[in-house]
Amino acid sequence: MNYFPEEVLEPVFDFLSSNRDRNAVSLVCKSWFRVDRWSRQRVFIGNCYAVRPERLIARFPRVRALILKGKPHFADFNLVPHDWGGFFYPWIEAMAKSYSGLEELRLKRMVVSDESLELLSRSFPNFKSLVLVSCEGFSTDGLAAIAANCRLLRELDLQENEVEDHRGQWLSCFPDSCTSLISLNFACLKGEVNLVALERLVARCPNLRSLRLNRTVPLDMLQKILLRAPQLEDLGTGSYVKDPNSEPYIKLVNTVLNCKSVRSLSGFLEVSPHCLPAIYPMCLNLTSLNLSYASGIRDTDLIKLIHHCWKLQRLWILDFIGDEGLEVVASTCKELQELRVFPSDLYGVGNAAVTEEGLVAISKGCLKLHSLLYFCQQMTNAALITVAKNCPNFTLFRLCILDPTRADHLTLQPLDEGFGAIVQSCKGLRRLSLSGLLTDQVFHYIGMYAEQLEMLSIAFAGEGDKGMLYVLNGCKNLRKLEIRDCPFGDAALLMDVGKYETMRSLWMSACEVTLGGCKVLAKKMPMLNVEIINEKDQMEENLDDSLKVEKMYLYRTLDGPRRDAPDFVWNL
Amino acid sequence: MSPLLLGVGEEGQTDITLLASSASTDSICQNGSGLKERNYMGLSDCSSVDSSAVSSLSEEKKNNLNLKATELRLGLPGSQSPERDPEIFLMSSAKLDEKPLFPLLPSNDGFCPLSQKIVVSGNKRVFSDAMDGFSEVRSSVFTEGNWLFPTAGPDSETAQSVTQGKFPVSSGINVMLPSKPTPNSGVKSISLKENSGAQPATMKEIVPPKVLQERPRAANETSHNHRSAANNNSSAPAAKAQVVGWPPVRSFRKNTLAVTSRNNDEVDGKPGPGTLFIKVSMDGAPYLRKVDLRTYTAYQELSSALEKMFSCFTIGQCGSHGVPGKEILSESKLRDLLHGSEYVLTYEDKDGDWMLVGDVPWEMFIDSCKRMRIMKSSDAIGLVLTSGKRLTVNTALETPREQELASVNRKIAFRPAIQMGNNPWQGGKTQEGNQVKSREESGHLRTGGASRGLDAHLIM
Repeated sequence: MNYFPEEVLEPVFDFLSSNRDRNAVSLVCKSWFRVDRWSRQRVFIGNCYAVRPERLIARFPRVRALILKGKPHFADFNLVPHDWGGFFYPWIEAMAKSYSGLEELRLKRMVVSDESLELLSRSFPNFKSLVLVSCEGFSTDGLAAIAANCRLLRELDLQENEVEDHRGQWLSCFPDSCTSLISLNFACLKGEVNLVALERLVARCPNLRSLRLNRTVPLDMLQKILLRAPQLEDLGTGSYVKDPNSEPYIKLVNTVLNCKSVRSLSGFLEVSPHCLPAIYPMCLNLTSLNLSYASGIRDTDLIKLIHHCWKLQRLWILDFIGDEGLEVVASTCKELQELRVFPSDLYGVGNAAVTEEGLVAISKGCLKLHSLLYFCQQMTNAALITVAKNCPNFTLFRLCILDPTRADHLTLQPLDEGFGAIVQSCKGLRRLSLSGLLTDQVFHYIGMYAEQLEMLSIAFAGEGDKGMLYVLNGCKNLRKLEIRDCPFGDAALLMDVGKYETMRSLWMSACEVTLGGCKVLAKKMPMLNVEIINEKDQMEENLDDSLKVEKMYLYRTLDGPRRDAPDFVWNL
Repeated sequence: MSPLLLGVGEEGQTDITLLASSASTDSICQNGSGLKERNYMGLSDCSSVDSSAVSSLSEEKKNNLNLKATELRLGLPGSQSPERDPEIFLMSSAKLDEKPLFPLLPSNDGFCPLSQKIVVSGNKRVFSDAMDGFSEVRSSVFTEGNWLFPTAGPDSETAQSVTQGKFPVSSGINVMLPSKPTPNSGVKSISLKENSGAQPATMKEIVPPKVLQERPRAANETSHNHRSAANNNSSAPAAKAQVVGWPPVRSFRKNTLAVTSRNNDEVDGKPGPGTLFIKVSMDGAPYLRKVDLRTYTAYQELSSALEKMFSCFTIGQCGSHGVPGKEILSESKLRDLLHGSEYVLTYEDKDGDWMLVGDVPWEMFIDSCKRMRIMKSSDAIGLVLTSGKRLTVNTALETPREQELASVNRKIAFRPAIQMGNNPWQGGKTQEGNQVKSREESGHLRTGGASRGLDAHLIM
């Protein structure tokens, strides 16, 4: 195939949007490798320690868009020490020198300093899009630099970041010449923003499609913004609190009537339920509704709202909805594809307001459902079997029973058969989270049926090494495996060490794996980093190999042991 | 409990002593902060915090604390009248929107966390469940698994055996407990659990490497020993409650929702999650109070709470009437004042009409009440009840819970005698711009009882 000139190959390659396809293409021959190298514009790096920035730059010199992830997923739940790592600075430092054409950056679970943002804002003249998800380490000063210096900025999307909020003036740092914004999301910021600057910014960005406000932006301002930007498609409200008899509210009612483009609605961190009727006209067109932070909308208010949203494809909601409310969802939202029901009880002590009944109702009514995150009080095998039968299209199935080892409350059996039914009928399942009382049998099913599974989260399950072995031997496409509090030990860990080279990462905490086992693994597989995270004040040398490791994180890497590890992280 | 585990437990003893003592010394401040957090979290696991603080003190100290707590509450507007029936006392004090600085008292362990939960839950559903549960198993210990309390029943045994099969070390903590200074074995382990749960970092620092090394499931144990501890004493659901990182909810979400709940609690008049704050004014009182109607289940509770909130103003009034000053004024005198025909509790309903509190069943009242006003009965002349019938509490009560309450405490606050007379509200010149409906006949209204089916709407 070498007779194709590279000028021809390049546009052909451009049609390959998936990174996996591009990777495959680059392995065909040296010529294709070269073409891919120079034409690859979008790169995804699932682990910032898997490769060094210099290596990325050498391999793909013309990258315009980079997605980079840092900490392991369990960091979301406080299982990874705060200063574990995942620093963005080495990356921006290297890219600033080499990637003058960088336009888009999406970071997840990384530590991003203000210095990094400052450097970022000055280094890439065409920079357009910054998306930060679950990042930390920066303040509004860094955002001010982005606002002031990225003159072509189209997207600034801050999702669930821990941002130090110095003052609201960052928003006024957008120069008057900034009219290019398409998306602005600062819902995660805690501090007040400059409302005048906000209104002016919205007014001068005619292409603004997505705007998510934080809780300090009052309802009056929401009304003014909607007046200025009736073209918005994605709206996140700020504080939605007002007397329904007040003038701003009445104005809002009228303004909303003109906002016919809104398809996605979120926010309502603070809310007067009596003001909700104002948004009913919007609801008719909504395809996405996120009320997972709207703890003030409950019971009848919630159900009334849902009644208006019959085009929903994605619904994120708190369990205030209740089983009865989920029945309403099931009968109203026939297009629903993604449902997330979050717990209102964040520590899982009291009663979750939803049970297996709500889930069964959803599965009966929403036949297009393919993605589910469901925090519930209890579950039964029968319910899971019904769900599996009704919705065989699940690609993502995350079930969290608040008591992680609760059995089927009717039969007192483990939930093996229920989850077994899910993996058996959902052939396309890519992500699965288990909970409830589970024996090794469930892993037997997973290994046998979950052929497409890419990510598996296990907690408080299994009886011994066999469980983990079923998974490792069976799930051929597994990329990420995270395990906590399961009796899996060295035998399971070391049975097929080659498997880990096909995976991105393995996390095991509070399992039976020993230090000695990890050392053996590290020795056998030099391409893997085996990190032991031990927050106890211990000297590594003094430790017996038979000691069980508190937390182990292992991942494949081209880079060797990382150099920025804190003291409590040992690279074996 | 295997011998191995026993050995481990003993080795860990010193550390745990350290832990326990820190718990006792710090308990008060921890408790304070914990309570604060709980208030906005609206979560029930908090109950364990209180118990822990209490349990880590000696019995004597407990009694002192008990008094102290009462004193503190007396200082607050929702303060407690000592002669009040203890149950009502707990109920109502817990429900004041002013949260007591100290947790509930250990006089009735099964009960304290319950009312605490009611305070903090902020969740209508949970609240009502809890109330039902309370009325049924009030005197016994909770076994629902929501409460971090020792359950002696067979249920807990089962739960325990299940979980112990999973977590072989779960008994380790129990062995260590005796080293704690508290004699209160009932809540002991919860105390430990609480400590590790609320402050996992501290816990980790405290447990030294030695324990770690020698314990069979050291990692599991240390990072989640609160779970193990609880397994020994309570049913599984509660036991899992404070496992680090479980349920798998992002910390960002937790923090954000926490702030939201707190804000909703604090912001004036804003309906927070499961709360229904309304303003209460009192004639002659310099400021308004807010009460969360959802924390009450019956008129009795509301009226006794209001009675406490506003009693200070009647004290002032006493002075003006020549009654001796505050310091000599006994609680009973105070109540007599309130119970006298001086004040009427009225409310503005959805339609903007001013009604006498108690004229409709409680739920209906909750739905329609916009605000309340405690007016001088001389001003409320004209607000009367149709037939002049007295409501009898027992027949009017709706739920077993209310009946129980009533039988415990028949006392009804704000029992005004309403007299015929000129109605200053007539002519639409009310201060609120609303008119008071009144009935033509005169009579007495007992505001304490819910009067289902009795049409007590007052027509002007």
